[in-house]
Amino acid sequence: MSHEYVPEIATSRDGKEHEVQGWQGDFYGGKLGFWLFMLTEVMMFGAMFLVLTYYFSLHHADFLEASSELNRVLGGTNTVILLISALTMGLGLLKMRNGDVKGAKLMIWATILLALIFLGIKAVEWTHEYQHGVFLGLDALQSGNAHSKPLGQILFFGMYFTMTGLHGFHIIIGIGLMLWLLKRINAGKVTTEHHILHFNIALYWDLVHLIWVFVFPYFYMIGAGDIAGGVINAH
Amino acid sequence: MSKTYFDETHCAIGHPKSTFMQWMLTVDHKRIGLMYAAVIFTFFFVAVAVAFTMRLELFSPGQQFLDPDTYNQAFTLHGVIMVFLFIIPGIPAVFGNIVMPLMIGAKDVSFPRLNWFTFWLYIFGALIALSSLWTGNGFADTGWTFYAPYSLNTNTNVITTLVAAFVLGMASILTGLNFLVTIHRLRAPGMDFFKMPLFVWGIYATAWIQLLATPVVGITLILAILEKTFGIGIFDPSKGGDPVLFEHLFWIYSHPAVYLMILPAFGIMSEIIPVFSRREVFGYRTIALSSAAIAGIGYLVWGHHLFTSGMSDLAKVIFSFLTFLVAIPTGIKFYDWVATMYKGKIILSVPMLWALGTMITFVIGGLTGVTIAMVGADIHLQDTYYTVAHFHYAMLGGVVFLFFAGLHYWFPLVTGKMYPEGKAKLAFYLNFIGFNVLWFPMFIAGYLGMPRRYFDYLPEFEIYHRIAFFGAIIFIVGLVYMFYVLIQAWKNGEASGTNPWHATTLEWHLPSSPPPLENHTKVPYVDFRPYEYHHGEPVVKFDYKTMKRID
Repeated sequence: MSHEYVPEIATSRDGKEHEVQGWQGDFYGGKLGFWLFMLTEVMMFGAMFLVLTYYFSLHHADFLEASSELNRVLGGTNTVILLISALTMGLGLLKMRNGDVKGAKLMIWATILLALIFLGIKAVEWTHEYQHGVFLGLDALQSGNAHSKPLGQILFFGMYFTMTGLHGFHIIIGIGLMLWLLKRINAGKVTTEHHILHFNIALYWDLVHLIWVFVFPYFYMIGAGDIAGGVINAH
Repeated sequence: MSKTYFDETHCAIGHPKSTFMQWMLTVDHKRIGLMYAAVIFTFFFVAVAVAFTMRLELFSPGQQFLDPDTYNQAFTLHGVIMVFLFIIPGIPAVFGNIVMPLMIGAKDVSFPRLNWFTFWLYIFGALIALSSLWTGNGFADTGWTFYAPYSLNTNTNVITTLVAAFVLGMASILTGLNFLVTIHRLRAPGMDFFKMPLFVWGIYATAWIQLLATPVVGITLILAILEKTFGIGIFDPSKGGDPVLFEHLFWIYSHPAVYLMILPAFGIMSEIIPVFSRREVFGYRTIALSSAAIAGIGYLVWGHHLFTSGMSDLAKVIFSFLTFLVAIPTGIKFYDWVATMYKGKIILSVPMLWALGTMITFVIGGLTGVTIAMVGADIHLQDTYYTVAHFHYAMLGGVVFLFFAGLHYWFPLVTGKMYPEGKAKLAFYLNFIGFNVLWFPMFIAGYLGMPRRYFDYLPEFEIYHRIAFFGAIIFIVGLVYMFYVLIQAWKNGEASGTNPWHATTLEWHLPSSPPPLENHTKVPYVDFRPYEYHHGEPVVKFDYKTMKRID
């Protein structure tokens, strides 16, 4: 944009000078704006967890049964990977703040790599499920035919694909954002003094992994007690 | 003649030579607000035309010239345009953009480029909504509420409309986000929260609702789209889902949304009343905090839309009680406004006329709302014309009337011209009389059992529909005449000067009218309350070169 920021001074009646906050280069404003945006994400996923909780109470046994079919090893691995990626993201931000731009870039690359591994494992999982006929639009997840699963299980898998899909979409957006961030760092637009973009993308990534921290137990772990704990029988 | 924001602008990408492209790419909050106004009022008239078509059909019982299915699409189109394209963006998008930064002494909103993007996102959403008129099996016929399971089973273009509502919701969220950061960060030095004009308070409370409630309906619409595409049964009772859950999720957003509509309108009222009473507003803090209270309580009342859906009696009583609670902060506002006028020097200019007219229509709309918040009465009145009349009194007679009040109040600020007082008053009376003749009979028809959304009715209701029809004609004539007067005034009106109303808030202390590109010459230091009058004269005076107080 063409206008340069000229700091302005407002003078009160007692002659004191007060600096005027402009919208240009407002680090705190950028931070606040992004926090507010994260709040909308929380409300969005929050509403889906509400739906999920409600249907869990309606179709308790079906949900546990369906949950036990998910691959907890792959899901758990992904959780660990995402947690590590949050660590690398945070370390990158610290390095950026301390002036180690090269180290920061390395950490962002590491985060991207971990995000890609996450997506890869996700893809393996979904392919596996697809081969078992469990996928959005397939017979097993449509009511009223020979392969149909019980209604509660259809709801469970429907929400599973919706929520992990939407979460995966956020991961993809995150990778895009990180690549853009690297480009801005290389162009000298994001620096130690002016790193609001880096800060906000790190914040975004934290939220993405935080959502997964709730998604994982709610889908993968609720059915984990089927053999030893006997939760299904207790119902 | 100094340059105004019509002569120069900042652009989002580069700086094109052509005036047209400068408007398309502008990041100036005033220009963006004006463009919103142009688009929003165009949609308003489209929806009015659709509504008039329905009135024509209802002139007599039986089928005239709309078949029942087309009638269903007509009221859906009317609702979708009025709600998602007109009244939800409405006052925040137009006056929130144009006036709010001026009121707090900012040069622009916090994220001007995001603001530009948001405007085009809104246009994009509007185009998606309209595209479904001509593609597939025609426009949705579900009503603007998209209730499941019908919306899941009908084969009209529901998905397109849902996508449009989602995109428009995103635009609304980003507007709210931008305004929240602007209000937190860009107030002039010295202006703490309790020195902000009350319109800014209205926008602030609204922005929180936009931010927190809209994502819920957004994801609900996404779930409905997935349900329609993959049939996993989320809201479909025949597949194990629960349609009432859809209603809950829908109203968790859409009830706060009505406060999202009315709060900035109340803000306009709070600006106009002190200025035209030449008196400091009574109970500034209570008005400001009641906006926040309405926004807060407004979250907890959505269940009153579901009294007939088989909710538990306990839940009904709680939701009913919480709904009554909303009347308290609203009542506080009304008493404050009346108390402001008491012993004031009341000037019956056009904006004041609109504000006073709204006091009558909104009180009718508000109090009838309290009657249907009662569970017992609501069982009888749910989905009748009584409800229709109630929300039109509250929305049209409240929000839109105050929107028009603001249109007349800030017209000289935005255009630098003044409209002819007599003609504008005539337009007000046409609107006010037409409006009441149009909607008041519906209270009676609804009380006697006329259901809403029916294209046909029993012969005994004919008289009410006929009276309403004539009201509609007066009202539409008034609307067209009002806009004609304003547009003529913009073209040929006399110059208004910077502060024709002797108002006190910062948007009237600009160096020129219309304002220059970057607003105030210098940002003033704000050590005064927003509406200080002494013996009917504004207290605070500025030297417009240095923006220092000289009183």
